[in-house]
Amino acid sequence: MAHSGINVLLEGHNFARLLGGLWTTVWIAALSLLIGLALGAVLGILRTFKNRLLRLILRLYLEFFRIVPTVVLLFLAYYILPRMMHAANLPGSLMAVVAFALWVAAEFSDIVRGALISVPKHQRESGLALGLNRQQLFYYVLLPQAFRLELPATINLATRVIKTTSLLMMISVMDVINIGQQIIEANNHLYRTGVFWVYGLIFVFYFLVDYPLSRWAKKMDAKQAD
Amino acid sequence: MSWTIIQQSLPEFAKGFRLTLWLSLVGILGAMVVGIIVSLVRYFKVPYLAGILAAYVELARNTPLLIQLFFLYYAFPVIGWKMSAAACGIVGLIFLGGAYMAEGFSGGFNGVAKTQLESGKALGMSSWQLARYVVFPQGFALSVPALAANVIFLIKETSIFSVIAIPELTNTALDLIGLYYRSNEYLFVLVIAYAIILIPLSLILTWLERKVRYGTFGN
Repeated sequence: MAHSGINVLLEGHNFARLLGGLWTTVWIAALSLLIGLALGAVLGILRTFKNRLLRLILRLYLEFFRIVPTVVLLFLAYYILPRMMHAANLPGSLMAVVAFALWVAAEFSDIVRGALISVPKHQRESGLALGLNRQQLFYYVLLPQAFRLELPATINLATRVIKTTSLLMMISVMDVINIGQQIIEANNHLYRTGVFWVYGLIFVFYFLVDYPLSRWAKKMDAKQAD
Repeated sequence: MSWTIIQQSLPEFAKGFRLTLWLSLVGILGAMVVGIIVSLVRYFKVPYLAGILAAYVELARNTPLLIQLFFLYYAFPVIGWKMSAAACGIVGLIFLGGAYMAEGFSGGFNGVAKTQLESGKALGMSSWQLARYVVFPQGFALSVPALAANVIFLIKETSIFSVIAIPELTNTALDLIGLYYRSNEYLFVLVIAYAIILIPLSLILTWLERKVRYGTFGN
């Protein structure tokens, strides 16, 4: 075992550093989701309004995010946005949150819209018959029901965001993968198979976070189908 | 934004464009084949194999393509499995895409209405005939929307190939930015290039979905 690559994980602060990288990954994903879901909920409600121009603009917003790969979104945020805002040296992690949040907002707006329009018509009519105004109708009738409908898709979106954080290394954020690469390079002469263990551990990290979430989403989906 | 710079970069981008298309095509076809096999094994609940393939689907779907590629490209060579970057890209895309396609097909097969199966049995069909004449034709039609979404998803995922230096579209743009520091121009061309591939494709796939609506019979 003396020269087994697994030692690379046990050596010095390597494991703690990897956990630190994981923390960066987690907070970027969590913050992006939080902002993105809030913004997406508003956009999704706006998309059910009658105004055609508004709907067209929001639709184009969504389609842009559907067409451009997320790596490219990150590059746009990293290379172009700071210049547009006349600010130099904005950290990659901040720009990643901006890019991810806008992307989540686009995807979530479609989930919210889909859920709102699939709340049965009679629910809306009953609400109106009870004398609820538009605001009350949304707040007491449509949103709570839509929330249930949209939950599985939202959890799936969260798993996608978590997986997509693997791309953070491309805009030099010190995420778990970037730190893993540093550890591999520093220890390559000692442990030839270290690369196997470090990437293996990161692989397992992602799986342990994403698998329970996707199971949960699937279960809820099956429940709703009944 | 300088049009001359854009114009000068077009031959480079054309190469990346062709490579992205080619890798996507091979990856998607491979993923479909894997997806069909996996979903059939799981549909007929082949002993052992069904369980192993279920584990494969979960592993592939719940980990990022980037780590899968790093594993293929950097970790496998130390245990004596060396492949070119392009081969790693295709194998990775098929590994990831196969799992997504399998889920798409399985969803379709399982979505075939129970009444259809029962009617088939009542007509005296064997289980092979039931599969061939009832489950597959309707199941495929039902899986088209999921498959279409996967096709678009997989084409976008090829952008991640740039991390193992495959000179597809995204890698081409990154290289050019590194050489000439003109990110506005090159990222503009990059977005347009993906739009040229994905907008027509998504229109065609939406049209196709409408064509195969018959899958919802009996529901």
